[in-house]
Amino acid sequence: MSAIKTPPEQITYANLLFYGCWGALALLVVTFLVYTLGLLPPHVPVAEIPNLWGLPVHEYLEKANAPHGWGWIALIGQGDFLNFIGVVVLAGMTIVCYLTLIPAFLREKQTIFAAIAVLEVVVLTLAASGIVGGGGH
Amino acid sequence: MNWKSSTVRLGVLAALACVILLAVAAWASSDAPTTAAAAQAATQAATGSQLPWWAWPIILLFFCFILGIIAVLAGVGGGVLYVPLVSGFFPFHLDFVRGAGLMVALAGALAAGPGLLRRNLASLRLALPVALIASACAIVGAFMGLALPTNVVQLCLGGTILFIAGLLLLSKNVTRPVVAQQDALGLALGMNGTFRDEGTGEIIEWKTHRTLPGLLLFIVIGIMAGMFGLGAGWANVPVLNILMGAPLKLAVGTSKFLLSITDTSAAWVYMNKGCVLPLMAIPSIIGLMMGSFVGVRLLAKAKPKFIRYMVIGVLAFAGGKALLKGLGI
Repeated sequence: MSAIKTPPEQITYANLLFYGCWGALALLVVTFLVYTLGLLPPHVPVAEIPNLWGLPVHEYLEKANAPHGWGWIALIGQGDFLNFIGVVVLAGMTIVCYLTLIPAFLREKQTIFAAIAVLEVVVLTLAASGIVGGGGH
Repeated sequence: MNWKSSTVRLGVLAALACVILLAVAAWASSDAPTTAAAAQAATQAATGSQLPWWAWPIILLFFCFILGIIAVLAGVGGGVLYVPLVSGFFPFHLDFVRGAGLMVALAGALAAGPGLLRRNLASLRLALPVALIASACAIVGAFMGLALPTNVVQLCLGGTILFIAGLLLLSKNVTRPVVAQQDALGLALGMNGTFRDEGTGEIIEWKTHRTLPGLLLFIVIGIMAGMFGLGAGWANVPVLNILMGAPLKLAVGTSKFLLSITDTSAAWVYMNKGCVLPLMAIPSIIGLMMGSFVGVRLLAKAKPKFIRYMVIGVLAFAGGKALLKGLGI
């Protein structure tokens, strides 16, 4: 029986995911230390968080005056929202990896899988954009 | 019982880890107000928790480290343990627990994905069609979960966790299902392939059947994953293996990879709603992943069946606790 060969697009996906995932996790550790050691002032005082995290999210956002959706970008210089860079990289890795699948499937004339990959990118991008549902309330 | 046996020692260690886990959880919950009204009163009085703020990330880190070990040994996902246990015993609102739970499950799946894909233990051909359905429905589930009253979600979560405990107890996975003929839908979607079982050295050809019912079940799986912030491995594996006929190793590997896609879509919804708190989510992610590493190393020597039954017991307890919380008891 011929040797089992992992499809090249699967290897590309795996490699991209490996570096992206572990890079994001390393970034999360660094930004978390910056946050908790107070190297950058947070938007929501860190000592205040335990008083608020028992509330439903809409009350938390109101009392903490915290942004929702992509509003955190405006506060990226604050210690707490700096962490969102790593979170976004982690959550965005799947979209990036899927984008590499589309040309690979088209090259191999696997149009059904290419279409599925395109649809998946659309679904994940819509979820990431916050357009669906319009963020917090 | 041969107490010198490493298996027995590891079993005792795992039992001790479960006891420590529940003790930490119980201690954490004793510091927390037990009702929303009390939580609000505590906030208004600016008293909140009696612990300093930095104690909570440390507790979460330690708690999730133990959770990561147990999850690997029991063969369950970290997410399915994280949400019911943390929501049941910690003072965090369910909105934030679900946001963190999805990030935890996502991080674990993303970390495991490369190895599974490289060794062909996760198949893109099997994963891509079901991932599309599950991820789209996870968005729907996330919105439903955030729109429903918390006590309703808590009740449904409790019922689901008890169901999962029952499923883990009773389901019998099939190592190599017999698929006589692939159905037209499976064939059209190209859901077939081969992989090498490194345990036996065999080259295994696989194909699916009952593809349409399987895809329809992934609608339900996606909604539940999004609604409760759980990883969906507990559901993915039986559907892929028992219903659709994928070999067990391929089903487990593909399920883990599938989580990285399903949980991504729901995680984005929770993030955009403001439900991801770095002070909670990041120590949880790091703790669970460190625990998973240790768990993988212990797995070779551990007796998974004994630990699995222990975890089923813990899940049953956590599910019952969530039900009681939902009923306001």
